[in-house]
Amino acid sequence: MIRTIVLHAAVIAGLFLLEPVLSDYHHGNLARIMVLATYAVGYNMLFGYTGLLSLGHAMFFAAGMYGCAMLIRLAEWSVGPAFLAGVLCALVAGIIVGTLALRTIGVGFMIVTLMFAEAAYLVILYYNEFTRGDEGFTIPQAVRSIAGIDLSDTTNRYFAALLLFAIALIACAAIVQARTGRVLVAIRENEDRVRMLGFDPFRYKLFALVISATMAGAAGAAYAVLFGYAGATFASVQYSIFPLLWVLLGGPGTTLGPLLGTVLMFYLVDYASGTIMPGLAALVETQFGIEAPGLASAYLLLVGVTLVLLVLFAPKGLLGTVRARMIPWLP
Amino acid sequence: MDLIALLPFDLPHPALLAAGMLEGTVLAAVLALTALGLSIVFGIMRVVNVAHGEFYMLGAVLAWFVTHTVSGTVGGPPWLGFAIALIVAPLIVAAMAALTDWLVLKRLDYDPEATIVATIGVLYIIQQLALTFYGPDARPVEAPFDFRVQLPWFGYSGYKLVVVGAAIALMLVVWLVLTRTKIGLVMRATQYDRETAQAFGIPVDKVYAGVFALGAALAAIGAVLIVPIQQAHYLMGGDPLLLSFIVVILGGLGSLKGTLVAAIFIGLSDGIISTLYEPTLAKILATLLVAMVLVFRPQGLFGARAA
Repeated sequence: MIRTIVLHAAVIAGLFLLEPVLSDYHHGNLARIMVLATYAVGYNMLFGYTGLLSLGHAMFFAAGMYGCAMLIRLAEWSVGPAFLAGVLCALVAGIIVGTLALRTIGVGFMIVTLMFAEAAYLVILYYNEFTRGDEGFTIPQAVRSIAGIDLSDTTNRYFAALLLFAIALIACAAIVQARTGRVLVAIRENEDRVRMLGFDPFRYKLFALVISATMAGAAGAAYAVLFGYAGATFASVQYSIFPLLWVLLGGPGTTLGPLLGTVLMFYLVDYASGTIMPGLAALVETQFGIEAPGLASAYLLLVGVTLVLLVLFAPKGLLGTVRARMIPWLP
Repeated sequence: MDLIALLPFDLPHPALLAAGMLEGTVLAAVLALTALGLSIVFGIMRVVNVAHGEFYMLGAVLAWFVTHTVSGTVGGPPWLGFAIALIVAPLIVAAMAALTDWLVLKRLDYDPEATIVATIGVLYIIQQLALTFYGPDARPVEAPFDFRVQLPWFGYSGYKLVVVGAAIALMLVVWLVLTRTKIGLVMRATQYDRETAQAFGIPVDKVYAGVFALGAALAAIGAVLIVPIQQAHYLMGGDPLLLSFIVVILGGLGSLKGTLVAAIFIGLSDGIISTLYEPTLAKILATLLVAMVLVFRPQGLFGARAA
């Protein structure tokens, strides 16, 4: 228990201390990573701990993002209330989708969540008069402040992202250490036995899904406020696959796996699209004379390869493997 | 009271409606073929192949490469290139699918959830490889022949009617193979009970690889047929995947008859609605319908209870 608290405190303190050291480039990246990692922490609550694989979490991220950004843009709400409203949108979406989708299991659950998310994405495109569809819209710098603190300022933005991530991480760690979390893991391992022991799995699964959706929504709303942009891409299937990828890479069912997975994948994709793929394209064309017109922009290839390799060879992810081989107490 | 005036939309001109229905029929035919591939794979292997749309895209892109090579480099007539594409593209796609089965799905022991995640990965790999070697442009493929059928209101491309005929013929062949031949019997035995089939000497591994290849090949054939009407593009796999999902689920997972009925229903209504009204709205309603069907009636709307 003590070492769990120390470990999480150390990670949060480490992120805090990194702030003044980082170059501008990594500074911006890490702020973005912490917001996305919050999304991944939420995804992990459902997938890693409860064993429910959703293919539609982008709808919760987008519910938070649009719930917040549309109120700022169209109703001219200030950031604070708009953020809370965004989180509330995701929470309500979680209750509705959860109540329906949790009637199914396994593959059915995956497809139902995928279909709900697809419908949500298409709704955003359909009402492009208000949402500006794929193109999206920006939130002007002037309104992006809360209680006099300018959130578009890079330092403030970093600490706001850290605060959000720390809350999600602590909430996740607290839940999974508590009795509720043990029931969630038990449902993942054997739902029938949990039911036999007198628990109602549906209530626990709905709880996990709503918490997960709320965290995803908070991340979406924070993204809109901190980076000043909302767009339909964030509601697309791709943004449902990303948290799955990050959690699978970092380690499903570990508290710190989502952060690790997000950091690694973010920098891998960033490095690939900036350096590896263009370099590879140049090499292939000059050295081998093969025409590869799109190689430079095919960085998503890495996403596919990573997913397949993880599923085949490391389904426990990095921290899950570390826990199994070296540090059994890892939360 | 004039009820028609109360409708929230204008009733279309009959000629437009007829055009919509014809477009819908073409779409329904190709969709039925593609969805049949997804349905066979799910029915026999219990694998939800998320990369199915990419096999479709690959078929279209390969058709472009073949026709382009035949007419551009060799200087053959359009019909020759198309005929070769119709044979070569599905074969290459089938080989790639069999390879995917052997390299990935078999190693996961066909675990339903793991295979979904893996096929998502395969989706990105195929799509990005197409982007790599084919590039980001949409390119047209010339139709193998060009004649118009004159209908009372408007002329109509004869090629589209041939597509419908070809799709129906192919589905008939697949149905005959599945129900009337030894190969079909072996496939159905594997579907019914994999372990007993294995015990009776059926090479289950080969059956699975063959079924996965067949499913992908059906998607590829559908794509080769459609590519003179639409253009080949590396992102074209998304729509057929979504529509195939809708069709397979509404028709009842694993039920071939249900798949056909649902394909005709969805293809026609999508064709009509997309021609006349807002396609996005139709898709929103269809995806929500699918979600609700899975939640409240998992055996599908048309099909019998899935095995």
